[in-house]
Amino acid sequence: MSDTTTDAGAPMQEGAKAREVRGYADVSGPTESKMVEQIGSQVARLKARLADVGAVVVIASGKGGVGKSAVTANLAVALVARGARVGAVDADLNGPSLGRMLGLLGSRLEDRPDGIVPARGPSGVLGISTELLIEEGAPLKWKGPDSDKFVWQGVTEAVTLREFMSDVVWGELDYLLIDIPPGTDKIGRFLDLVSEPDQVLLVTIPSEVASSVVSRSATQLKEAGVACMGVVGNMSGYAQPGGGDLLPLFTGPDISDVAESAGLELWAEIPFDPAFGTLTDQGAPPGSDGDSAAARAFAALAERVEQGPGGRESQR
Amino acid sequence: MKFLCIPCDEVMKFADRDLPGDGTITALFTCGACGRDMAMLANPMETQLVSSLGIEIGGRTVPEQPFQQTRSKLESPKDDAFVEATAGDASIDAAVNPAEAPAARLSVTWSDEANDRLTNVPKFVRGMVKRIYTDYAQEKGIPLITPDVMDRARTDLGLEGM
Ligand SMILES: Nc1ncnc2c1ncn2[C@@H]1O[C@H](COP(=O)(O)OP(=O)(O)OP(=O)(O)O)[C@@H](O)[C@H]1O
Ligand SMILES: [Mg+2]
Ligand SMILES: [Zn+2]
Repeated sequence: MSDTTTDAGAPMQEGAKAREVRGYADVSGPTESKMVEQIGSQVARLKARLADVGAVVVIASGKGGVGKSAVTANLAVALVARGARVGAVDADLNGPSLGRMLGLLGSRLEDRPDGIVPARGPSGVLGISTELLIEEGAPLKWKGPDSDKFVWQGVTEAVTLREFMSDVVWGELDYLLIDIPPGTDKIGRFLDLVSEPDQVLLVTIPSEVASSVVSRSATQLKEAGVACMGVVGNMSGYAQPGGGDLLPLFTGPDISDVAESAGLELWAEIPFDPAFGTLTDQGAPPGSDGDSAAARAFAALAERVEQGPGGRESQR
Repeated sequence: MKFLCIPCDEVMKFADRDLPGDGTITALFTCGACGRDMAMLANPMETQLVSSLGIEIGGRTVPEQPFQQTRSKLESPKDDAFVEATAGDASIDAAVNPAEAPAARLSVTWSDEANDRLTNVPKFVRGMVKRIYTDYAQEKGIPLITPDVMDRARTDLGLEGM
């Protein structure tokens, strides 16, 4: 494609001013390739679908393995327990785990002309994940020419993420939670699609490294104009079986200090609780159910989200 | 992207698109003033980039299907990931096209041979492919889908590998 436009677009050489070619904007008449219109209608479709969503809540970190997916799953369940209608998008196309955590595996998706009906987990959370689309154990791979993969692969994945939001029959939702994969670039990619999420939860653990990554993500999000962000401190101590004080897990900084130095509010502190983690990984996240410290933390987090921008108890 | 016929100073009109089947695309443009034709040839990478975006050069013939890009591009898809919606569900018809009464749309039937051929399409994309052909037939006012109509649609819509 580029080859055909170089002649017209190339800067004219001194002395070789044989013909004058006008620029794109100077030439009136429709764009016959119709590319812009098509992108425009895709964006419109996404907007229309999200118009029925009360709040888009992004769960991110920048850092891997800190519990983003576990937080997403348990928050979703805790919100449903409060009577909210909740959908969840597993934006981690390459390393999906949210579908499993929400108990969606094995669900078949109804294919309707107006969209794909999302899977519904035992807790009532609706969700979509690449895990529901590819064969068990198969890595995510795309059909296409092997050479120059870097040119088109990112685009393909961005389009899938868009389809996960715009082509799913979410219906009316109070919350659409988005589980963002690790990597600070991934947060930016999501913001290219949905520039103004209502709330962003930055998940971190009390380690030096994780905290510095989260600070960087926070800066990036602020620069992108995201207004409402909160820190979720995960694994903030070990919850002993049978209760009692939390035992420290990491020797890193206090989560509250991390939040403060990033200029953010601390929305929740979730202890490391092996039983809670196991249930989550088995597709039965307890959310706010039970009297564990983790359950109490998710109850409080759900309440905080409900009171945040776009939430059902928002003060605005 | 616009193509300008320099001698006439006219924007050329999109005329046709062709997919030879080797992962490349050819788009033809014509100058309305002098009748000159021009072909834009894209290599496989360029073609993939455009198709990755869910875009058809020259404009869409039939609307994009849900998950169309994801479904067309995924390797090792789960064969039974999708169940087809029950046909004739009024709530679905209303949701899809509230303005257009179902009766206003041309009813399209499938010949046995066409149906046979459809069963060779992987289940993962079958529902989508079926709707693409149906939309095409409706668009062209063709009441009966035969293998021949399917061939024509494939060429017209650039449905490689479907
Ligand atoms: N507070 C917790 N208590 C016990 N186990 C937890 C807790 N938080 C997370 N886990 C467990 O730790 C593991 C990693 O968590 P999770 O997959 O949610 O992290 P992630 O940030 O989404 O990872 P990735 O970056 O790979 O997407 C999971 O098995 C999860 O159940
Ligand atoms: Mg994860
Ligand atoms: Zn001309």
